[in-house]
Amino acid sequence: MRSPPIPEMATQEVQLNETLAHLKTESDTLKTKLEEERAKLHDVELHQVAEKVEALGQFVMKTRRTLKGHGNKVLCMDWCKDKRRIVSSSQDGKVIVWDAFTTNKEHAVTMPCTWVMACAYAPSGCAVACGGLDNKCSVYPLSLDKNENLAAKKKSVAMHTNYLSACCFTNSDMQILTSSGDGTCALWDVESGQLLQSFHGHAADVLCLDLAPSETANTFVSGGCDKKANVWDMRSGQCIQSFETHESDINSVRYYPSGDAFASGSDDATCRLYDLRADREVAIYSKESIIFGVSSVDFSLSGRLLFGGYNDYTINVWDVLKGTRVSILFGHENRVSTLRVSPDGTAFCTGSWDHTLRIWA
Amino acid sequence: MARDMSDKEILKMELEQLKKEVSTPRTPVSTNCAETIAFVEGLLPNDPLIKGVSDDKNPYKGDKGGCVIT
Repeated sequence: MRSPPIPEMATQEVQLNETLAHLKTESDTLKTKLEEERAKLHDVELHQVAEKVEALGQFVMKTRRTLKGHGNKVLCMDWCKDKRRIVSSSQDGKVIVWDAFTTNKEHAVTMPCTWVMACAYAPSGCAVACGGLDNKCSVYPLSLDKNENLAAKKKSVAMHTNYLSACCFTNSDMQILTSSGDGTCALWDVESGQLLQSFHGHAADVLCLDLAPSETANTFVSGGCDKKANVWDMRSGQCIQSFETHESDINSVRYYPSGDAFASGSDDATCRLYDLRADREVAIYSKESIIFGVSSVDFSLSGRLLFGGYNDYTINVWDVLKGTRVSILFGHENRVSTLRVSPDGTAFCTGSWDHTLRIWA
Repeated sequence: MARDMSDKEILKMELEQLKKEVSTPRTPVSTNCAETIAFVEGLLPNDPLIKGVSDDKNPYKGDKGGCVIT
């Protein structure tokens, strides 16, 4: 067989490049058109509409409890619906369930892998899910019998082709949503381990996700290393909206309590608010003096405050409507890696690379 | 999976997505922000982290006993 003559190969390569360039041009044209459509409705800024809103008073928020017990960086935590229990996971492979009121450890599981980057409490409070470098999400039923070995009842639910970055139960203990370094999100049936739906659209690792708050809404938002935040329809697997205004990886996304907006925190040191009905970014929470990335964000009960955990060891508290910072909290001795407000809004919990978790109120 | 896709495939995926998004229904920012503000003002009086909670009702304000040395 003769090998193809050089000119033919060169033509093929030129054709491939033309196709790539052609696709890129079409993509850029559509992006411009999308921006124009969004700009038409950008008639005012959120903080302008909020000028008449009463300013917030002084805040006194302190560490009320410190949870010590992890042997290495705390990477993730989640609250139980009973508003007092917490599950946390760490680089050392341990997953611990705590009673936040008394700081007692109720359960501890050692995972077969290190860097357990994701953990979640089941809505019933009877199980926890976790995973990380093992590329899986496993569910552990929590036993009332302290002597029972939790690891024996472990159920492997999700399988990705790269690390698990986040997991979340849907409205019941029966389904889990996961996001992964393999660039996809997926919905799984816990009992059978079957993949129910997969979500493709990110061009790089997906780092975070959050489920829409309403029981009826079937959407979730995800953020990734491609600087995009995508909103997905859980039933069809389609991406319904996409936002690309951050300048670096999006480490955390959280729905607004009303479900009509969501916030994001990024390595570009800003938090941003995106309104889903206006289909655009409506606020940026940033300061010139804040140069370290945001690892996690969450809202207070009313949605007036946005808490951000930062890589410079601090927590910045933002007035969501006015766009100003109302408080800065110190206490952790290393990066804040995870932050969640309790289900009844009375406190929030932070986890850090300093091996501890703190409850603030 | 995104990591295994070629540049061309990723671009095609983005293009398909953009085509869908250009026709998404949208409403003006002023309307939505006004609704957001109304939502917040409605819930503000009951937000424990803003209004505070009386000490006897707050499970965290009680002292556990012992002292914390920082």
